[in-house]
Amino acid sequence: MSTGVSSRSARARPAPGERVDSGRRVLTVRWWRVAVRLDLRSVVVCLVLALVIACTAVLALMTGSYLLSPGQVVSALAGGQTGLVNDIVVGWRLPRVTAALVFGAALGVSGAIFQSMLRNPLADPAVIGFSEGSYTGALVVILVANGTYLQLVGGALLGGMATAVAVYLFAFRRGVQGFRLIIIGIGVSTLLASLNTWLILKADLKQAMAAAAWGTGSLNGVSWNQVTIGGACVLVLLLLAGMSSRPMRQMELGDDAAAALGVRVTSVRLGLVVVGVALTATVTAASGPIAFISLVAPQIARRLARTAGITLAPAAVVGALLCLSADYIAQHVAPTPLPVGIITVVLGGGYLGWLLFTEARRRL
Amino acid sequence: MTALALRRDGPGTVGVVPGPRRRVLGLVVALVALAVLLVLSVMIGSTAIAPSVVWDALVHSSAGIDQFAIRDYRLPRTIVGLAVGVALGLSGALILALTRNPLADPGILGVHAGASFAVTVAVGLLGVSDVHGYLWFAFAGALIVTLMVLAIGSTRQGSSPVVMVLAGVCVGAVLGGAREALQQTNPAAFDAMRSWNAGSTAGRSLDVVWPVLPFFAVALVLAVAVSGSLNAMALGDEMAVAQGVALARTRVLAIVAITLLAGGATAIAGPIAFVGLMVPHVARWIVGPHQRWIFAYSAVLGPVLLLTSDILGRLVIRPGEIPVGVVTAFVGAPVLIVLARRKKASGL
Repeated sequence: MSTGVSSRSARARPAPGERVDSGRRVLTVRWWRVAVRLDLRSVVVCLVLALVIACTAVLALMTGSYLLSPGQVVSALAGGQTGLVNDIVVGWRLPRVTAALVFGAALGVSGAIFQSMLRNPLADPAVIGFSEGSYTGALVVILVANGTYLQLVGGALLGGMATAVAVYLFAFRRGVQGFRLIIIGIGVSTLLASLNTWLILKADLKQAMAAAAWGTGSLNGVSWNQVTIGGACVLVLLLLAGMSSRPMRQMELGDDAAAALGVRVTSVRLGLVVVGVALTATVTAASGPIAFISLVAPQIARRLARTAGITLAPAAVVGALLCLSADYIAQHVAPTPLPVGIITVVLGGGYLGWLLFTEARRRL
Repeated sequence: MTALALRRDGPGTVGVVPGPRRRVLGLVVALVALAVLLVLSVMIGSTAIAPSVVWDALVHSSAGIDQFAIRDYRLPRTIVGLAVGVALGLSGALILALTRNPLADPGILGVHAGASFAVTVAVGLLGVSDVHGYLWFAFAGALIVTLMVLAIGSTRQGSSPVVMVLAGVCVGAVLGGAREALQQTNPAAFDAMRSWNAGSTAGRSLDVVWPVLPFFAVALVLAVAVSGSLNAMALGDEMAVAQGVALARTRVLAIVAITLLAGGATAIAGPIAFVGLMVPHVARWIVGPHQRWIFAYSAVLGPVLLLTSDILGRLVIRPGEIPVGVVTAFVGAPVLIVLARRKKASGL
């Protein structure tokens, strides 16, 4: 049980001793009295992806109706530019890039939480209907109350939570099984989707156009205001998710095993649902539902990092990269600028098909 | 083989199967209900119109705003509801029989999405505007998606309901996204498709129905032709082969029928989900596992459900109205939930 590596981490705060050497290289980072053990491969994967993200971000900041050079972008970011270049980079393009990164990370983590909790690679807030519920909540705020951004977040959060609770209760029958939950989620999601279509139809044309464009998931017109509020929410939620990542991994072993390890299963699960739904809802409120990133990111991350279970940090990084590149494709590669959600739906749907062909078939 | 032992007789099969007399009686009752609903559908609307005026409008070609509303608005709408209801009910029964999947529904399996994507391509990219032109696109879209979902959804052990539903959701999502992309780049298409996408019988003229009817007739004939083979296939493929059923031919004909019905219904009314899911289950619950009777009942109960939902949608928020597709979603989602909660739904 105690190899050299794990005994060194005995000072790590929560629970010492029960670690099993998985044969993977581990990096131990100590800071004050807290020691964090990081999987070396995951760290390397995250660093490489961060580099790719940085390059993509510079590319995104360069491209537009007014082309800039990489040098101009970097110096503008460093604060060395004034006037038009500064306005373009920091004022117009940077909020969008930041939003793509922050929201992508949020979606990736949200998906990771649900897939880990339901032990199912197909569990996704979009498939299960939570994002449709957030959309309903937000639509009601837009169309009925004509509310502010914060009210929008509240509406989306409430809608998502209510849907989550409803789907969970409907699926509960001596425990919740992944596939039953997914089918019931699809049913609820279909119901909410047609409700949303009708809400849009009922609205007057101007509101309807805005709501429909937003409904496909778009980062158009994201301002610093939304990025800061949304980003702050996401940051807090990501911290909470990070804190619960250990019990989350332990619960992948099964509820009984986790309880034996001292995890308070029910409250941890409740907390994870709240954090997961809140992450999706925050993104939905700001940009509309950006589909499938939460489904795809954890799976790509798992394959890149070659971990046995779902891990949060790589999922966040992959999610950020996916969202940023999808938005780039939507804006600059497509013949006309499109909402980013359309790109992620098409790519992510294709991936889901592939997943069905391989994993789901084998498991069923 | 082991596969045989695993096959269930299907959901909704109850121990007592009613005799022929009760089945005929039930069908007559359903037909009477349908007739009553047809009359109600013409009479009920944002304004109540006296029965004498309705009669006057139908029999004489008298002028007047009420007569106009009935002849040009409510009567076509009722006929559209009747045609679409028959098509959806029957296509649902066919899909249920073909896939032996209790969760099968043309809407959930993405067939509507295929048809609606193809219609958007026709309207948005190719400038087709009348139903004669885009009908073929709807059929093609429905056919391609049906084949894709069947291909993804069937595993070596036969088809798995869950994988098939997920395959439908994913194909539907991709095509929905592509359709959105087309609509966003093409405002004319957005405008043309906006109300159609909600799934409604309102505002459809009879010009939309006539060209589709011959195809529905062909599909009806096909359904009757394959009903015996599908009956035998319910016991398992091996058993059906032993009884001399040509499996491949039956499947092809059934898929053609499903495509014509679901594609045609979508071309007329837009995507209306859950009717194809609910109706055959109810039919099966009433008559037991006899495909011909299930088909007959589904063809009658389909329009019963659709017209009831449509009338409800007109009454609930008077003088406004809820599109029938939204009403059927509200009725149908609980049914799907109940089906998914049942143990029999193949180990969900």
